[in-house]
Amino acid sequence: MLTRETTLNIALAATLLAVPLLALAMDEIFIITLATKVAILALAGVGLNIALGIGGLVSLGHAAFFGIGGYAMGILAAHAQNYEPIMEVPFLIEGTNQMPIIWLIAIVASALAALVIGALSLRTSGVYFIMITLAFGQMLYYFAISWSAYGGEDGQSIWVRNEFPGLNTLDPIQFFLIAYVILCLVLVFSARLARSPFGLALAAARQTEERVMTVGLTPFHLRLVAFVISGAITGLAGALYADLNRFVSPTMLSWHTSGEIMVFVIIGGVGRLFGPLVGAAVFILLEHILGGFSEYWQIFLGLLLLLMVLFARGGLIGAIVGREVAHD
Amino acid sequence: MTDAHPVLKVEGISKSFGALKASDNVSLDLRPGEIHALIGPNGAGKSTLIKQISGSLRPDSGRIEVLGRDVTDLDTVARARLGLGRTFQISSLAMEFTVLQNVVLGALGARGRAFSFFRNVMKDKALLESAYRALERVGLQGEAQRRTADLSHGQRRQLEVAVALTLQPKLFLMDEPMAGLGASGSKALTGFLDQLRHEAPILLVEHDMDAVFALADRITVLVYGAVIATGTADEIRANAEVRRAYLGEEDAA
Repeated sequence: MLTRETTLNIALAATLLAVPLLALAMDEIFIITLATKVAILALAGVGLNIALGIGGLVSLGHAAFFGIGGYAMGILAAHAQNYEPIMEVPFLIEGTNQMPIIWLIAIVASALAALVIGALSLRTSGVYFIMITLAFGQMLYYFAISWSAYGGEDGQSIWVRNEFPGLNTLDPIQFFLIAYVILCLVLVFSARLARSPFGLALAAARQTEERVMTVGLTPFHLRLVAFVISGAITGLAGALYADLNRFVSPTMLSWHTSGEIMVFVIIGGVGRLFGPLVGAAVFILLEHILGGFSEYWQIFLGLLLLLMVLFARGGLIGAIVGREVAHD
Repeated sequence: MTDAHPVLKVEGISKSFGALKASDNVSLDLRPGEIHALIGPNGAGKSTLIKQISGSLRPDSGRIEVLGRDVTDLDTVARARLGLGRTFQISSLAMEFTVLQNVVLGALGARGRAFSFFRNVMKDKALLESAYRALERVGLQGEAQRRTADLSHGQRRQLEVAVALTLQPKLFLMDEPMAGLGASGSKALTGFLDQLRHEAPILLVEHDMDAVFALADRITVLVYGAVIATGTADEIRANAEVRRAYLGEEDAA
């Protein structure tokens, strides 16, 4: 039998698929792009949710991984479009416009960054952890601003979207489907992770560090692995996001971006599997609808966030289906 | 059991917090098959000593051996892996978990491999078997699916013991397992610990004097961080210094 939350999750996944298909039928291309943006930002949030939701790691530096994924795309694609190798000595590395290769490199690069950032920042906790992750993110942000080879402050544009074998990625619905399938696969992975031995130990480390040590497991190792997986997923989202816009800039690395990813997770429900999807959808809808009336639309976002934090600790998903049932 | 090497050996442990000597040259040992009770008035340094033995606090001087191995420089995790099973005075269970999840966590720790990302941990036969066995032994099998936060205080103490059981430790370190149990609960646990000592010896910190005198093969009395006496229950009862420093105080209170 399905729990209420699972039923809701299936409905949400179906809605995210149905909306752009309907939009396609009605020739509303812009809505397809919005849905793609929701899917990609939700993916970034699913990444953060592993660290924040399961592990209780309040990272305000996930923009670093989002931006690294973005720059992985930007750098590889820029070299490919200009027919300039990235380096020739000691060996030749060329750019590429193949999405699967770009994704792989985005994942590896952001996982490595998460390994280094995590290994240093996970020695702290609480407010110090928030500040040190923030600092690492900002460090990369300022580095990108001064990195003139890839546009510096102006960012790096690419002319055509990268390619996926057998698909026309410039067709909005096909690119949406790529993002959608990746999101679904990562959601399945995340759901399994949450119920795995690793997920149990990580969730225990969030609640009672001393207990985890007493049964012979090391919280630091659990958290570091979670942080790397989390960063890798957010990095993949960054590569897709840059491909959606055909543009990458330091903005992707700024702490604003970290905050937004965290807002998706909090609005949807911290630790809830589909929380980031709900959060990203609400964020994009508010931006799109209220943004038309006033450029101060984020006031309403802030209000919503405040309500969530004050009255619905399980976020919107928690408000709809109630407290999480401990899974058996 | 004669001449057996001690499972735990504490040699001249000292620990100060500023001017306060929380542990003052403490030595004690725990032999196979015994329950060794550690008693003393509030503030005598029992918890500080337990923390140093379990590895969460580092002594200023002295050494600690587990199964003949010097563990003074090892952390909590390494000592747990060597076979030190600890229960906490202040419950440190994962409150959002079900009762079963808490014991499965213990079984997972005993297995020592938590880096498995795909299998459903709550469908792992070996872990569940070990978890249910531990729950049955403390009489919590009927509560397996309840949220830990919803348990009574006494049930949480039982669960603490169950988690320690899943580790199949070489020795138990129990910090006031009877606290808040009520008369029937503490009687049941007394009977249980009486049997448990044959699986692994127990260093028992306890305020319940009935339980201590019923269970302990030996008793060590700690006052102001220092050991004032070690001996059998009868010896401790007869010890004038102990009566003055501790038992008499209790009677007067």
